[in-house]
Amino acid sequence: MIRITDLKKAFGRKVVLDGISFGLDRGESLVVIGGSGTGKSVLLKCLLGLEDADSGTITIAGLNRPRPHELAAQVGMLFQGGALFDSLPVWQNVAFRLLRGPARLDKAQARALATEKLARVGLGAEVGDLFPAELSGGMQKRVGLARAIAGDPPVLFFDEPTAGLDPIMAAVINALIREIVSEMGATAITITHDMRTLRDVADRVAMLHEGRFYWQGTADEALSTDDPVLQQFTQGRTTGPIPTLR
Amino acid sequence: MIGMALNLLGATGRMASGLMGGIGRFLAFAAVTISHLFRPPWYGREFALQLVQIGWLSLPVVGLTALFTGGALALQIYAGSARFSAEFAVPSITAIGMVRELGPVLGGLMVAARVASSIAAEIGTMKVSEQIDALRTLATEPMKYLTLPRVLAATLAMPVLVAVGDAIGILGGYAVGVTRLGFDGPTYLRNTVEFLEFWDIASGLVKGAVFGFLVALSGCYFGMHSGRGAQGVGEATKSAVVVASVLILSANYMLTEVFFSA
Repeated sequence: MIRITDLKKAFGRKVVLDGISFGLDRGESLVVIGGSGTGKSVLLKCLLGLEDADSGTITIAGLNRPRPHELAAQVGMLFQGGALFDSLPVWQNVAFRLLRGPARLDKAQARALATEKLARVGLGAEVGDLFPAELSGGMQKRVGLARAIAGDPPVLFFDEPTAGLDPIMAAVINALIREIVSEMGATAITITHDMRTLRDVADRVAMLHEGRFYWQGTADEALSTDDPVLQQFTQGRTTGPIPTLR
Repeated sequence: MIGMALNLLGATGRMASGLMGGIGRFLAFAAVTISHLFRPPWYGREFALQLVQIGWLSLPVVGLTALFTGGALALQIYAGSARFSAEFAVPSITAIGMVRELGPVLGGLMVAARVASSIAAEIGTMKVSEQIDALRTLATEPMKYLTLPRVLAATLAMPVLVAVGDAIGILGGYAVGVTRLGFDGPTYLRNTVEFLEFWDIASGLVKGAVFGFLVALSGCYFGMHSGRGAQGVGEATKSAVVVASVLILSANYMLTEVFFSA
């Protein structure tokens, strides 16, 4: 479903991605971990076409260099802060793509679908008429998740889905992601620093370190490894091979 | 000494190069914006919303500016013309001054303060909160969805604002002329209308359209290029207003030269 080969990206002299290669089959869930500034978000932006890679190939759902509307039909994205459109009520945020573009639905149909997706993430229909500024952080994440799955895309990306949430709400979002990915049979990539997300969401884990996938394995392996780099990260130790000033 | 001179020369060169680069990027941004006018899809609802935001909601500030400017202009022209016993010229010169120059320029500057700042802050905030990226992932081109409706709405709304401002400004001059300077009301109006030519009004409206375009373009450009965080958005907002104001004043001179020569 997703094939990445020798992906490279640098900003000036700073090499962020230095030859990333991996593949994900349908229904697989990959969690990418790594320190701040190691290029996890840049990786997602390259996959989404928001950043141009310097070299390498990206194939998503059989599409190589897809057009924006082709990619949008295949990929749903949950942004770190939700990235909900302030000027639109919640239901129009969820139905944004359904109200525009070649496969546009009429307003009533789009609203019904938005209400259905809001229900899927545990929000009532009345939330649809609120504006994003009226929602708590957890509700904004749920709405972002509803927007990501609105078009039933086969690929889902999650950028730090639990950032800024309390542990209970973080667990709820993790559980929702796991359920939705499983029931949709979607291929998912999640970027996180949260070890609980790693445990709850990952089929596979990859650690991004010094521009490369330094380590790959299962969640259990990641949490029990004796690799000093991975161990320092997963245990949150201030001493070890990863510098704390970066 | 030579080292200092070289440093100064280098700094001047870098500044000139940065300025030329900025102008180039701004012009390219304008060209891309205009190109979207001819390529679907178009977002009619966004355009209508911006017409209200930029046009309708700017009416009070433009109207008040024009009212007081018209009154002050009548007093100033009276003070000058009285020295040559030419007080009769107050209505016509007030009207010509309003429609050719002060209506579009002051209206443009007020709209720059109100609209360029709000556009830059809104789009800048959308950028730092990843809403622009979100638009792209939803197959919506931000230049088409955010920039084009704002620029088009400002370009079309500004001449209407200028026309309304002209009328209110002339009314301000009339009120001062009649109540303060002792003019006869019907005579004041007759002098205003008789001496005002079609091109006086049309040139002001053309200026308004150009100023509207520049104001919205500046707001969108600096919003789209906003830096990170509150400071980045604040800087974008400030730059949008400053650049829009400078562009209005420089474009005003150039357009006036063109109209003057014609």
